[in-house]
Amino acid sequence: MTESVETAIRSSIFTPEHETLRASVRAFVERELAPHAEEWEAAGDFPDWVFAKLGDAGYIGLAYPEEVGGQGGDYISTLVLKEEMARCGSGGVGMAVAVQSDMATPPILKFGTRAQIDEYLRPAIKGTKIACLGITEPGAGSDVANIQTLAARDGTDWVINGRKTFITNGVRAHFCTLVARTNKPAGHHGFSLFLVPTDTPGWTVTKRLDKLGMHSSDTAEIAIDDVRLPGDALLGVEGEGFAQIMWELQGERLVGVAGSIAGSQLLFERCLQYAKERHTFGKPIGKNQAISHRLATMATEIEAARQMIYDAAWKFGNGEYPVKEISMAKLYGGIVASRVANEAMQIFGGAAYTMDLPIQRAWRDSRLIRIGGGTDEVMREVISKLMGL
Amino acid sequence: MNERWDLFTEDHVAFRDSVRQFIQKEIAPNVEEWERAHDFPRDLYLRFGELGLLGLKYEEAYGGTGPDYIADAIVNEELAQCGAGGVAAGIGGHKDLGSLYIYRFGTEDQRQRWLVPSIRGELIGALGVTEPGTGSDVANIQTKAARDGDHFVLSGQKAFITNGSKADYVVVAARTGGEGYGGISLIVVEKDTPGFTTNRMRTVGWWTSHTAELFFDECRVPAEHLLGPENEGFICIMKNFQWERLVMALAAVAAAQKTLETAIAYARDREAFGRPVAKFQVWRHRFADMETEIAAARALTYQALRKLAAGEDALREVSMAKWLATELDWKVADEAVQVHGGYGYMMEFGVQRAWRDARLGPIGGGTTEIMKEIIAKTYGL
Repeated sequence: MTESVETAIRSSIFTPEHETLRASVRAFVERELAPHAEEWEAAGDFPDWVFAKLGDAGYIGLAYPEEVGGQGGDYISTLVLKEEMARCGSGGVGMAVAVQSDMATPPILKFGTRAQIDEYLRPAIKGTKIACLGITEPGAGSDVANIQTLAARDGTDWVINGRKTFITNGVRAHFCTLVARTNKPAGHHGFSLFLVPTDTPGWTVTKRLDKLGMHSSDTAEIAIDDVRLPGDALLGVEGEGFAQIMWELQGERLVGVAGSIAGSQLLFERCLQYAKERHTFGKPIGKNQAISHRLATMATEIEAARQMIYDAAWKFGNGEYPVKEISMAKLYGGIVASRVANEAMQIFGGAAYTMDLPIQRAWRDSRLIRIGGGTDEVMREVISKLMGL
Repeated sequence: MNERWDLFTEDHVAFRDSVRQFIQKEIAPNVEEWERAHDFPRDLYLRFGELGLLGLKYEEAYGGTGPDYIADAIVNEELAQCGAGGVAAGIGGHKDLGSLYIYRFGTEDQRQRWLVPSIRGELIGALGVTEPGTGSDVANIQTKAARDGDHFVLSGQKAFITNGSKADYVVVAARTGGEGYGGISLIVVEKDTPGFTTNRMRTVGWWTSHTAELFFDECRVPAEHLLGPENEGFICIMKNFQWERLVMALAAVAAAQKTLETAIAYARDREAFGRPVAKFQVWRHRFADMETEIAAARALTYQALRKLAAGEDALREVSMAKWLATELDWKVADEAVQVHGGYGYMMEFGVQRAWRDARLGPIGGGTTEIMKEIIAKTYGL
């Protein structure tokens, strides 16, 4: 059919400029981050200079406007960063950076005052102030409306009390974009966002949580006891925190799954290479249909997930609010990422089960996407509601 | 928003509306009757021709309105929602196989002779590649076409040929040279040629379409019926497979969406234990999964379409889309039968037909297993 086509339809969301950016980010990740992956995984931490170096290179603020210290790029450029970060070899690093660039800070640009932008967003984009996002509590995850942390007015001040948990970057963060209840009986209009410096008295990291995967990223449990903040700590409109955080969650889910699927692609390529090199019974294992068809299945599902992500990113970047598309991309992509990693374990066999190979890490790291940012089950609830069910 | 990424322009959206109206008004209400008759009227091809729906891929010189492959894809998507896989197959076998081969590989004379009336719906085309012993293994075709002066003499047999017993002409793949893929040519055989007979086969689904065996017994065909270069038929077939399989993927996604809508509508109406079945979480989540997987298959299929429409090679993407979409259509149909319970098993409900029709997807046009072989090969396995 190709000989008679007169219109040039675009077959990629990425422009040549995005590909140039991709090449520089890839070089950066391979040179500055990947060599440290083993060390950081073993330490269960990575140094703060990673944020600063990424900030220096302009990577944290790719899609932020130049007026706030960003690069003025489009949403697709931040997608490039998420995909390339998967090459650093440690899921926790990518996740921590994603919290910094696409989860804790977009609400500051969208809802913040000039002063809040100067105080928090600019240094976050530079990588000199590390951000975390405080939504989840011991008793409330995706059930955001059940958040119990309470911010009460005291004169012009706010006094906040509560508990947060599973907070990525929470141990080292300089500030937290926090969700708290500001008006108990008001339901969905009873929540507000706050920007909280973590050195405020009463803010305590009570535990550094030990996790199955994402070892290089720090995850905190936080106690908030009579944390007193000035009135201007409120981010956005009082009582609109629920809608604001629902908006944030869309970006979070999208970059989360984009990073996961980029990781799946790398893992697939590793499996492919292994299938060609590893011989059993006198031939490469990839010459067995049991393996080659499995790889074909993995490749197909990765491609389908990727195209869903690209479609949703295209819309989100164009100012649409595609909740259903993003939820579906996260659900499908998360399941694919988790399945691909499990298949990789099988293809690599015994070697995969040793801690010497990074396959087990990809397997452990990839398991989170089906839980974090809203579980598969929560995605199905969102999707079915949007289907009118 | 860049509409070239979105695939469909505003004109396409309006075009889809008009195609949908036509199909839902003039085809869907007749489906039950046509299924019982195991046939649909020949006039339907004329109607498609009259509406310009058979010429979207071709220039005005042949009576077409294109080329607009995106608009053509829309026809396939909408047709897949008419309620009978056989109607879509009967039209598709003509539109995307028989007549497309004439356009792609034919000379000007051949295009005038077969393509122009095909675009008007006056002639019906078919493609005859598969044989009783050879499906996707095209290089192994056994039907012979021996040169005898200014004629080819065909002998052999074809199987599972859509439109086979209805077509006015069949593009037949036959061996004109030696063994293997290098000895195959395409030859147009017209209905009523002495030595050419057909036998309609009974099928599990696709009841309204004619699936047939073709028999060639010393069938003499003029040499000018050779389509494309002699002994290069294999390459021609491989080239057209991309569009054929893409169209199957498009149809499967659209059919799955329609089946899901039917299933949801039933689940909303049907009450059990005092509430609609659709309100049970187990079904809400299953519907959400189906909606999600359909969206995934659609995203993959549209990417393959985008690449083909941009003039790029899309062998890998098309092969991926074909198996993922057709397997999904089948899975959704099976779930739809399940949510209908006992009624799902009754012939008076359309859902059993969706189930039977969808089962062909992972078989026809190259099985899922063949698709995975192709994909694996593109990765050097």
